[in-house]
Amino acid sequence: MEEFVNESGVVTKPLNPEAATEVDMQASYEQHGSGTVGEIYVDDPRMTCRNVNVYYGEKQAIFDVNLDIGKNQVISMIGPSGCGKSTFLRCLNRMNDTIDVCRVTGQIKMDDQDIYDGGLDVVPLRASVGMVFQKPNPFPKSIYDNIAYGPRIHGLSDNAKHLDEIVESSLTRAGLWEEVKDRMDQPGTGLSGGQQQRLCIARAIAVSPEVILMDEPCSALDPIATAKIEELIDELRENYTIAIVTHSMQQAARVSQRTAYFHLGKLIEVGETDQIFTNPRHKLTEDYITGRFG
Amino acid sequence: MQSTTLIIVLLGLMTLAYYMGRKRSLSLVNGRVRDLHSLPSYYGIHTALWCGVPALILFVFWISFEGAVVTGMVVDNLPQEIQELPPERLNLVMNDIRNLAQGDIVSREVDETMQGAADHYSSLLRISDMSLFVIGLSVAILGGLLAQRSINRHQRARNRVEKAINFFLVSSSSLAIFTTIGIVLSVLFESIRFFQQIPVTEFIFGLEWSPQTAIRADQVGSSGVFGAIPLFAGTFLITIIAMFVAVPIGLMSAIYMAEYAGKHFRALAKPVLEVLAGIPTVVYGFFAALTVAPFFRDLGTSLGLSVSSESALAAGVVMGIMIIPFVSSLSDDVINAVPQAMRDGSYGLGATRSETIRQVIIPAALPGIVGGVLLAVSRAIGETMIVVMAAGLSANLTANPLEAVTTVTVQIVTLLVGDQEFDSAKTLAAFALALVLFTITLALNMIALHIVRKYREQYE
Repeated sequence: MEEFVNESGVVTKPLNPEAATEVDMQASYEQHGSGTVGEIYVDDPRMTCRNVNVYYGEKQAIFDVNLDIGKNQVISMIGPSGCGKSTFLRCLNRMNDTIDVCRVTGQIKMDDQDIYDGGLDVVPLRASVGMVFQKPNPFPKSIYDNIAYGPRIHGLSDNAKHLDEIVESSLTRAGLWEEVKDRMDQPGTGLSGGQQQRLCIARAIAVSPEVILMDEPCSALDPIATAKIEELIDELRENYTIAIVTHSMQQAARVSQRTAYFHLGKLIEVGETDQIFTNPRHKLTEDYITGRFG
Repeated sequence: MQSTTLIIVLLGLMTLAYYMGRKRSLSLVNGRVRDLHSLPSYYGIHTALWCGVPALILFVFWISFEGAVVTGMVVDNLPQEIQELPPERLNLVMNDIRNLAQGDIVSREVDETMQGAADHYSSLLRISDMSLFVIGLSVAILGGLLAQRSINRHQRARNRVEKAINFFLVSSSSLAIFTTIGIVLSVLFESIRFFQQIPVTEFIFGLEWSPQTAIRADQVGSSGVFGAIPLFAGTFLITIIAMFVAVPIGLMSAIYMAEYAGKHFRALAKPVLEVLAGIPTVVYGFFAALTVAPFFRDLGTSLGLSVSSESALAAGVVMGIMIIPFVSSLSDDVINAVPQAMRDGSYGLGATRSETIRQVIIPAALPGIVGGVLLAVSRAIGETMIVVMAAGLSANLTANPLEAVTTVTVQIVTLLVGDQEFDSAKTLAAFALALVLFTITLALNMIALHIVRKYREQYE
């Protein structure tokens, strides 16, 4: 890990909040290069990102992001719309591969393996880095088949009974088992929005990933369903590493241990969630969380 | 000739009326458009409509009744003994008079009475044309002038023009609907006439088709058997073969286009594939008859099989090729309509592209694909030219694709081609076949559209 510290040239010294006004936000940022305020590194990282740049064709969407994702932690990514937080999240399991014009440079490592290494197979990567999307997207199949889909394609079950167990335990962990156990053969699309999203979480859990990426998982849900998902995220932290993109700062404050603030494709500040929300060090972060823009 | 001139003059008058109406509305308010209820052009259109529409209606009625009235007047002047002829004979006489008046060949000797009647006929027509011209134009001018005089500041010209437009649109669409109803009814009534001669059960369940009926009572060997099962079976066989070709190829090319092909290849390949749909079916027909059928026959011979030169296989395969773009473009549309979220969800679980397609996209798109295939089936059943040229005429009841079969459409063509009397069971059988064909394709289309619509609701 030491070798990256030299390369990345990270500024960890806090900026003087008074130094940056809203007018010269951009100028202030450029003055300090690709620096990010706060603690980029954690003691026990599950994934490490170094000098990550993302381009959509000619347009650069992510600028030189350095970030560690801690094991069994929830890290939330916040920032105004179009700041690149979702793009960054999608880099972590190479979901951006499905977009033709998208190009990623830099290094993202998991288990000392660069996931953008040419020889790497995305199938096991996506099995170990699962993803939950903004809108619940259950497949037009039965509830059972929705969950069994992943284990089937990865050959995780030895027999039908084992598959049943995987399905049951995944649904139980996602807090959905009691609600659906009597109608496993009904279509997943017939569930309510919140149930569908928990079904999608269960579907991701079913392939026993180590990291779960969540891209605004509650933005299409009502407050009660949201509360359930947040509760679930907190429980899942015990066994999984979770990275969540959210528009709701309250949600970030409630569910995450670390928070990263993105602005215009740059990682402005990252640190303990408590510290970010009570004592932000960067002017931009402060402006955002106090609601001056975004 | 006269009516063309009338129409052109009428159009000129309408243009004039438009400008006059527009000018008058403007002059009423001294050019201040905001004081008018409607824009000046609406007053113009309103005046032009009043000028043109009544005259056109008069024109249409005149043309429809002119023939009957003139004929009646000519008949009244004919000698008593001709007037007392039975209606069919009288009709023949009238035909001759008309032909004589137009200088065409006449089927009998021309005598004094005939010549007189013909002269009378043409003079009546001339008078009719002249009076139509005069009356029509006076109606147009009168209508236009009255409408122009009636213009005032508060006249609701816009609302009236909108109403007129609404009326035109309604009548256009009802014209299409009534035409369809008319065709269906004519097929239905002719079929009923057929079923009065041949029992429905014999037609639907009979196993032998031999539509040659005796024209004269003393003719032998042409009894006429109308069992349509061999035709349905032949249609069915060829359709199945066509579907075996079109569905896999069409579906797979759609999957390639929608999921694998790069943007540039797609932009190039899709139109090329759709060129197949633009080839006239008659071209497919001789391609089938002259290239594919002999190829299958020779291939069969080299394998020791006996293949008829007009095999169901050749017709079916070529028809399948014709339908490929149909299946592929409909499937392509429904595959593209599957939300990206489905693909993301599957890729996010580590599924490969083909796993995603097989297990998520195809099941999600299945209703739409089935709908598209059903539309293609109804297209194949109704297809005529390929089978006429390549499938043969012999009504064999067989499931062997290497033999010649015939289809419903081929029989309809052969029953009606050439000089035929229109009241024999032979020609009426064509209507009965058409009725069955129409019922089947209508049912298939309705099922297909229902499935497609239901599927659309799911994602929008």
